[in-house]
Amino acid sequence: MFDFLDGYDVLGAFWTTVQLTLLAAAGSLIWGTLLAAMRVGPVPLMRGFGTAYVNIVRNIPLTVIILFSSLGLYSTLGISLGAGDIVKTANFRLAVLGLIVYTSAFVCEAIRSGINTVPVGQAEAARALGLSFTQVLFVVVLPQAFRAAVGPLTNVLIALTKNTTVAAAIGVGEAALLMKDMVEKEAQLLLISAIIAFGFCCLTLPTGLILGWVGKKVAVKR
Amino acid sequence: MSSLLYDSQGPRAKQRNVLYTVLFIAALAAVLWWLYTALDEKHQLDWVLWKPYLGSTEAYSAYIWPGLQNTLKAAALAMIIALPLGAVLGIARLSDHAWVRVPAGVVVEFFRAIPVLVLMIFGLALYSQYTDVSSDDRPLYAVVTGLVLYNASVLAEIVRAGILALPKGQSEAAMAIGLRKSQGMRLILLPQAVTAMLPAIVSQLVVIVKDTALGGAVLTFPELLAAANTMSGYYGANTIASFTVVAVIYVVINFSLTSFASWLEGRLRRGKKSTGAVLGAQDVADIAGTAATGAGR
Repeated sequence: MFDFLDGYDVLGAFWTTVQLTLLAAAGSLIWGTLLAAMRVGPVPLMRGFGTAYVNIVRNIPLTVIILFSSLGLYSTLGISLGAGDIVKTANFRLAVLGLIVYTSAFVCEAIRSGINTVPVGQAEAARALGLSFTQVLFVVVLPQAFRAAVGPLTNVLIALTKNTTVAAAIGVGEAALLMKDMVEKEAQLLLISAIIAFGFCCLTLPTGLILGWVGKKVAVKR
Repeated sequence: MSSLLYDSQGPRAKQRNVLYTVLFIAALAAVLWWLYTALDEKHQLDWVLWKPYLGSTEAYSAYIWPGLQNTLKAAALAMIIALPLGAVLGIARLSDHAWVRVPAGVVVEFFRAIPVLVLMIFGLALYSQYTDVSSDDRPLYAVVTGLVLYNASVLAEIVRAGILALPKGQSEAAMAIGLRKSQGMRLILLPQAVTAMLPAIVSQLVVIVKDTALGGAVLTFPELLAAANTMSGYYGANTIASFTVVAVIYVVINFSLTSFASWLEGRLRRGKKSTGAVLGAQDVADIAGTAATGAGR
């Protein structure tokens, strides 16, 4: 019944999906936090930049961003992120870059919603101690904000896991590209779809359950 | 909160801010300069490449408008089909009968856990193997199918959240004047929930418009993004220019939808007639991202 799977690397494809997810998650967490810091900071220009970045990037389809990083950055401008002429590696790295650019806008908003849950008194007390803005933000406010933002960040992570399939548009060999390849060559459409769907359920459902539990565990009781 | 993270600034803080601003401008300028030289080196800023979009309207009538029409057609179809489906699923999830509630719940959680691209690829293969839909129509059918399956489940959760957000007194009052559960749902809860859901539905429309681009990139559906590809081939490899124009169009459409949604949300929140129950963009993001068990809500 599963003979048709010979010659297809299903686990390998899902491993690529996981790699895309983890690398993009790490990158967008850093860049998204910086964006959030800019958006709540006292420098008007940085606030404007953060707001503009989020509003523009959120409204462009991820597909456009990823396709642009391959066709625009790689093919036209020759930016390969250190991969040289190896198209496969370059496309993988560019896909991660595109995912980071896109996802960090959502990470920024999730963290901002976390910052909104921190009572004003916390920041006031920190200032009363004589902490500077960066100290207030990174020592007092953000640690509390992150604990409140676990829920929204989980949603972003699940959306990111599903969004990695867009990398199929530039030929990164992850699960959706494998599925496209398989349904074109093999007859067992329902079985193939069931396997791929099962794989994604295995990735997204436990993420939601585990991080949901973690979110409740670490939430600051107020 | 954001403005309360720092005090009104004294002379030293002002000086520091000026310093930060200058440093930030320098960094931005460096990035822009690098971008400019990179583009210039590959002759991507030549007027020839930008002329089709800035110097004439031919590109718009020949490529962009037909592509945009397909984008909007797929998005509208998906929304129109997904709304009633989502309403049915959402109400089914609130049923008192487990044999209605549980299957509806399984369907909703399943389709929210799966990427929309996987659903589209499935749709395309389904139509080509089991139906005689002509191969020209198949991409549109597949895109709409994928979008409907995914968005019906998201809308189901929006409907459910919209009904649950209403004050309990509403359904109790309905029962108190002798309405059945179905009557109370139809006459009392749903009309109010629909109002509360409007901003969320508009926000979801943004997601649908963005997802149609998948059809262009993977399923050969001739929408706006696919138009960008065709154009850049026709106008002499002006990839950067074509993508910029298309991205601007997406931003304009989606930004106006987002602004409309938040205007609607603010209006409903301030309104005196409503119960004050509103579902906004953040709720949609939570619903769309959260697979299973309402993690993090």
